Amino acid sequence: MSILVLENLTKAFGGLVAVNNVSLEVKEGEIFGLIGPNGSGKTTIFNTINHFYLATKGRIIFKGIDITNKKTFEIARLGIGRTFQKVRPLKRLSVEDNVMAAAFARESTFEGSRKVAREVLEFCHLGEVSHMPAGSLPIAGRKRLEIAKALATRPSLILLDETAAGLNPAELDEAIDIIKKIRSELGITIIIVEHIMKVIMNISDRIHAIAFGATITEGTPKEVASHPTVIEAYLGTDATLVGGDYAGA
Amino acid sequence: MKEINLKWFSVTKTELYIILGAIIAPFIFYFSPYIQGLLIFIMMWVILGSSWNLLAGYTGQVSFGHAAYFGIGAYAAALPFYHWHISPWWGLLTGGIAAVILGYLLGIIVFRLRGPYFALGTLATAEILRIAFGEEEWLTNGHNGILYITTWVTKLPYYFIVLAIALGAVFSIKAVMHSKAGFYFLSIREDEDAAKAIGIDTAKYKNISMAISTFWAGTAGAFYMIYMGFIDPEIVFALHNISIITILVGILGGVGTIWGPAVGAVIMVFVQELFRSAFFGLAPRWVGNIHALVFGLLVIFVILYMAGGVVGDWDLIAKKFRRTKPKEAKA
Amino acid sequence: MNIFLQSLVSGLLVGGLYAIIGIGMTLIMGVLKIINLAHGQILMVSMYITWTLWYYLGVDPYLSVIVSVPVVFFLAEAISKYLLNPLIEKESILPENQVLMTVGIGMVLVELARSIFSSDYRSIQTSLTDKVWYLGKVSISVPLFIAFVVSIVLTAGMFYLLMKTDLGRSIRAAAQDKVAATLMGISSEKITIFTYGLGSALIAAAGSVFLPVYYLYPDVGPIFTVKAFVITILGGMGSTVGAIAGGLVLGIAETFGAQYISQGYRDAVGLVIFLLVLVFLPGGLKKFTKV
Repeated sequence: MSILVLENLTKAFGGLVAVNNVSLEVKEGEIFGLIGPNGSGKTTIFNTINHFYLATKGRIIFKGIDITNKKTFEIARLGIGRTFQKVRPLKRLSVEDNVMAAAFARESTFEGSRKVAREVLEFCHLGEVSHMPAGSLPIAGRKRLEIAKALATRPSLILLDETAAGLNPAELDEAIDIIKKIRSELGITIIIVEHIMKVIMNISDRIHAIAFGATITEGTPKEVASHPTVIEAYLGTDATLVGGDYAGA
Repeated sequence: MKEINLKWFSVTKTELYIILGAIIAPFIFYFSPYIQGLLIFIMMWVILGSSWNLLAGYTGQVSFGHAAYFGIGAYAAALPFYHWHISPWWGLLTGGIAAVILGYLLGIIVFRLRGPYFALGTLATAEILRIAFGEEEWLTNGHNGILYITTWVTKLPYYFIVLAIALGAVFSIKAVMHSKAGFYFLSIREDEDAAKAIGIDTAKYKNISMAISTFWAGTAGAFYMIYMGFIDPEIVFALHNISIITILVGILGGVGTIWGPAVGAVIMVFVQELFRSAFFGLAPRWVGNIHALVFGLLVIFVILYMAGGVVGDWDLIAKKFRRTKPKEAKA
Repeated sequence: MNIFLQSLVSGLLVGGLYAIIGIGMTLIMGVLKIINLAHGQILMVSMYITWTLWYYLGVDPYLSVIVSVPVVFFLAEAISKYLLNPLIEKESILPENQVLMTVGIGMVLVELARSIFSSDYRSIQTSLTDKVWYLGKVSISVPLFIAFVVSIVLTAGMFYLLMKTDLGRSIRAAAQDKVAATLMGISSEKITIFTYGLGSALIAAAGSVFLPVYYLYPDVGPIFTVKAFVITILGGMGSTVGAIAGGLVLGIAETFGAQYISQGYRDAVGLVIFLLVLVFLPGGLKKFTKV
């Protein structure tokens, strides 16, 4: 069964078409990779799904409900969590308070929300730093905090936007481990945008490749990696295969 | 950066001492009406400052026009009296409600704006009200104002009424800040878009913050009418003497802290009296004319050197006075 | 019809004066990205300088520009350097810290003026003060007209400076993208300080030529500040042409408001326009122009 369906999704900013007629279906329980060179429109797709941007054309269907015109907070409450590529912690709040704020999406009491927050923090290996101000976390911690905040809203689908960028190899393994556990232990469907090929090829069930806002191909990691246009697109921008923290989206 | 620690609602020992102190305060100094008058003003500023602080300090919506709600509360008490001789005391009920309604209506306009535009929008709405209340004489008696012979000559009962309102304001805000709404306010302040992404209906919660904030500001306005017995638009809708001083009280004591505005109110009234009385007659008389100048200098000083206010930067301030080695901040 | 024409002409003249206030403000807002709530107070300082020179030394207000402009320029540079710039780096809960700072500066300036000159209304008498020209049945106050002409000249000069000189290009570059400007070798700190000085010098000049037209008292500052931000929002932040258009629109709207609604609502007209623009035309009149 499809949990999320994009039908001919188009997003234009004035004359610039950032996402051009993209259609895809994400099945329940899968890890779905979204790849493409810098500026190919991946983050724009995320921003359109959770309605930071209104789609210019096309529809977004989540669990059979058309969410194209729903507001951002409603979409979060329906069960789509997301992380930000450029991390956005609530800086002056402690790590735990950050996650509690998110947990209130499903909990109404202070205790209930704190319980959820603590579980999620343990899950994301943030239990020990839970009383630090979020703004003082190192980058790896902030990336995991992004995941923790998204998880605390109890989503059934989570959009991970470059949660592995800028991490060292040990941190990277930890991140991959957490991402895998999100599906295996929590049963949450994942759409993941990632530049680091090692990550995305390893964990995705299927991959959707885009360039210049339009679909190139879709398939298993093996199929996609051998697709000539994908190879060309990636060899054209050498940095992307190596991976790194890029501001562009 | 100071960590915000949100514990479940409670009255701490310190707070209990503060409350006891506030109850005893008017009886010391030989029941001096002068001191009692100052205490009443302190309490009024505690209410206004706390009200502003909820919206600005905790929710990040920096209002430059809190006089609008103070003023509408004062007129909610005064107008029924002026037209129909209904006691202004009803204002303690209606003043807050009138302010909430006004806040909701103005919110429709100003909440479309962010950051400094919100600040200017609130400033503009308050100024429009000031002008309109001065012009519409049929309704408000214009600049002649509205006069009411106050109920009591003695100040003591007024003090306990305003103290009760102030405690209501501070503790209701404290309770809210320890609930879901409080977390949501802080999330909106820190990052409005990120707040939406974790499922927060930001528009709704900004309105809730506005409603609580304006309720107390309006109640303070109504109390002002009852206590002073006279208002006119230039007094209660004043840009500098109400809106800006409210901000001063907030930032002086500490933006985004429960007791900051209360501390700010005490300091503000104390400094004002110190200068107004020319250091109780010890300084040359011209000193009495510069209290407003001192406020301006205070604003500049606080922003430059004490961004967290007295309460927010208490650790830093205490350190300076103790001259002990600065403790390393928690890692 | 006569009243209409008279209102239009008066409105245009006043609008010309407003334009010059607006340009100073829009420069500052464009480059410093702050709302300068001390703008009118700086204008007031210039007016008091002019008044003092006239009262004690008999200096013609139009001539005193050579004193008021440099004095205000350096005052503003100092304000920008020591009070506003340090805040850029400072972490604080309220993002409006710089705006609050300008409020504090404005308060200090007003209260200093009150301490020195008291709250009395002051005005000056020159041979031109009460002169009026007639165009048919429409009367034109001579000092107002002179102020208008000076405003136009200053506006044109400003325009030339911004569009044709290297300095102007640097300012515009900084207004558009500070990071990029820094990469191009423009010291953003120097430019912000200079811009604040320049914007203030403009209104200093305006202050001197306004004095024969307006009453002077300490609280005149905040009134002009409000007008300045109304014009700037109306015209679009950072837009010179927008500020001119905004000034003219505000001048005309106020005059008509005073004529056809009531004199008391004169100062409210601008605020209402301001809110309408913020809500319905974010970006201001700039949208319709290119500069």
